[in-house]
Amino acid sequence: MSLGEAAAARQAWKSKLFADGVSMAFERDGKDTPVLENISLEVGDGEFVCLLGPSGCGKSTLLSAMAGFLTPTGGEIRIDGEAVRGPDPRRIFVFQERGVFPWLTVEGNIAFGLFKLGRGERERRIRYYVKMVGLEGFEKAYPHELSGGMKQRLEVARALAVNPDMLFLDEPFGALDSITRLIMRRELLRIWEAERKTIIFVTHDIDEAVQLADRVVVLSARPARIQQIVEIDIPHPRDLSSRRYLELRDGIFQQIGLAHKV
Amino acid sequence: MNFLTALRPIAFVAVLLVLWQIGVAHEPSHLLPGPWGVVGGIADLVRHGLLLKYVVASLFRVTWGFLLAAATAIPLGLIIGWYRRAEMAVNPILQILRPISPLAWIPIAILWFGVGDLAAISLIFIGCFLPLLLSAVNAVHGIPEVYLNAGRNFGLNTRDLLTRVFYPAVMPQLIIGLRITLGVAWLVVVAAEMIAVNSGLGFLIVDARNAGNRYDLVLAGMVLIGVIGLMLDTAMRRFERIKSVQWGYSEN
Ligand SMILES: Nc1ncnc2c1ncn2[C@@H]1O[C@H](COP(=O)(O)OP(=O)(O)OP(=O)(O)O)[C@@H](O)[C@H]1O
Ligand SMILES: [Mg+2]
Repeated sequence: MSLGEAAAARQAWKSKLFADGVSMAFERDGKDTPVLENISLEVGDGEFVCLLGPSGCGKSTLLSAMAGFLTPTGGEIRIDGEAVRGPDPRRIFVFQERGVFPWLTVEGNIAFGLFKLGRGERERRIRYYVKMVGLEGFEKAYPHELSGGMKQRLEVARALAVNPDMLFLDEPFGALDSITRLIMRRELLRIWEAERKTIIFVTHDIDEAVQLADRVVVLSARPARIQQIVEIDIPHPRDLSSRRYLELRDGIFQQIGLAHKV
Repeated sequence: MNFLTALRPIAFVAVLLVLWQIGVAHEPSHLLPGPWGVVGGIADLVRHGLLLKYVVASLFRVTWGFLLAAATAIPLGLIIGWYRRAEMAVNPILQILRPISPLAWIPIAILWFGVGDLAAISLIFIGCFLPLLLSAVNAVHGIPEVYLNAGRNFGLNTRDLLTRVFYPAVMPQLIIGLRITLGVAWLVVVAAEMIAVNSGLGFLIVDARNAGNRYDLVLAGMVLIGVIGLMLDTAMRRFERIKSVQWGYSEN
């Protein structure tokens, strides 16, 4: 990248989310257990950021706070310059534990957030997103008639259908088999490249993070602190056997304190 | 295969009836009327125009007692379940009232309402109120938080959150509570009618004994109670087959 290009890139970089010294403590047995400690992070508009950390470190907690479901005990989170006060339909959260509504059909779930739209537009979006996540033929099916992967795709479709400008994804592909997971990652990247939403994606899978993100935020074990932020400077589509990919991945493995051997 | 499976319980009942008839034929001391005697008893009731009258009377009381209880206990239970502090306040009272059989209220019901429909209905109401209240409270506790969060995330106001998330989420458990409680109501009405009124299937049973030891009528009443109870339960089970509540039963 030439100096001029770098400057242009920096110019285009617009801040979307800003976490300013966020801390969170839960009370357990009368004692405050710190879960997040002084997390400061800035995410650009249209950026794809992965939060990576060991199980139980506080990833979901941080994401919930960003989405406005939890109020941090310290610090502040701002989106588009405004402090987050609660959940907002412009920013949709895809939950780690299945969040699709079991009493609604596939169509009903996708239409859930579209109540402000006219009938025609609503129908159009349902058709579009059913197709996008490959659930054609299952429009009238209920979630308990779908496989785990289909439910996961349904929840992603429900989130995208309201055309949010931010997505919070909490290990959205965690329960899928490795083949479906790869397909879903590609699908997500395709959507992200087409619609340029800001995505914050939680995972504890290092490969997943390096495949998807512009930047990987490596968190420490609980209480979570930012250990390192790794820029993934490989253009999409990424070659998973390229030297740079392996270098970045192994770097993170080492950072976490795991030699890449079993 | 399916046909045979369905046939099995019917065949079993038929065998029992035959054994019953044989037993009665060999033991003429009239400890128990035989199946034919019971059929005769039911025919007698039909002839006197009592069958329909008594069945309707019992169903009438159950319907009112049950519906009044549902209309009050369920909203109250949903509210109590939602506000944890309200629950802590009322819980001790509920735990004390719970072990008191609805039948223990019979003297008070008669004292307040006299002998008549109102006393019977109030007893059924009492018998249904607590089970419905508790099942509503538990239904609220069972709502996974993720559904409420998702609802709020899509920008629902409080009213829409109630109708579009809260209400469908508690439905499966409420339906189970309603079905079980209707069974309780059917148990209570028989007992209430034995003491507090002069009609209905419970009254039929005590009356048949008191007024001439007509044990064929006693058994006819019991058979009717059993069959109608089964029909009520079957009718309630239909609600569990509604597609939008099935998730509450078929999971795991
Ligand atoms: N509502 C809560 N009350 C008390 N403690 C909580 C609460 N939510 C989370 N915790 C605690 O905070 C810590 C972090 O939880 P969190 O769900 O954020 O972890 P995570 O990084 O998402 O883990 P995983 O990868 O397993 O999903 C855990 O130790 C958990 O016990
Ligand atoms: Mg988590």
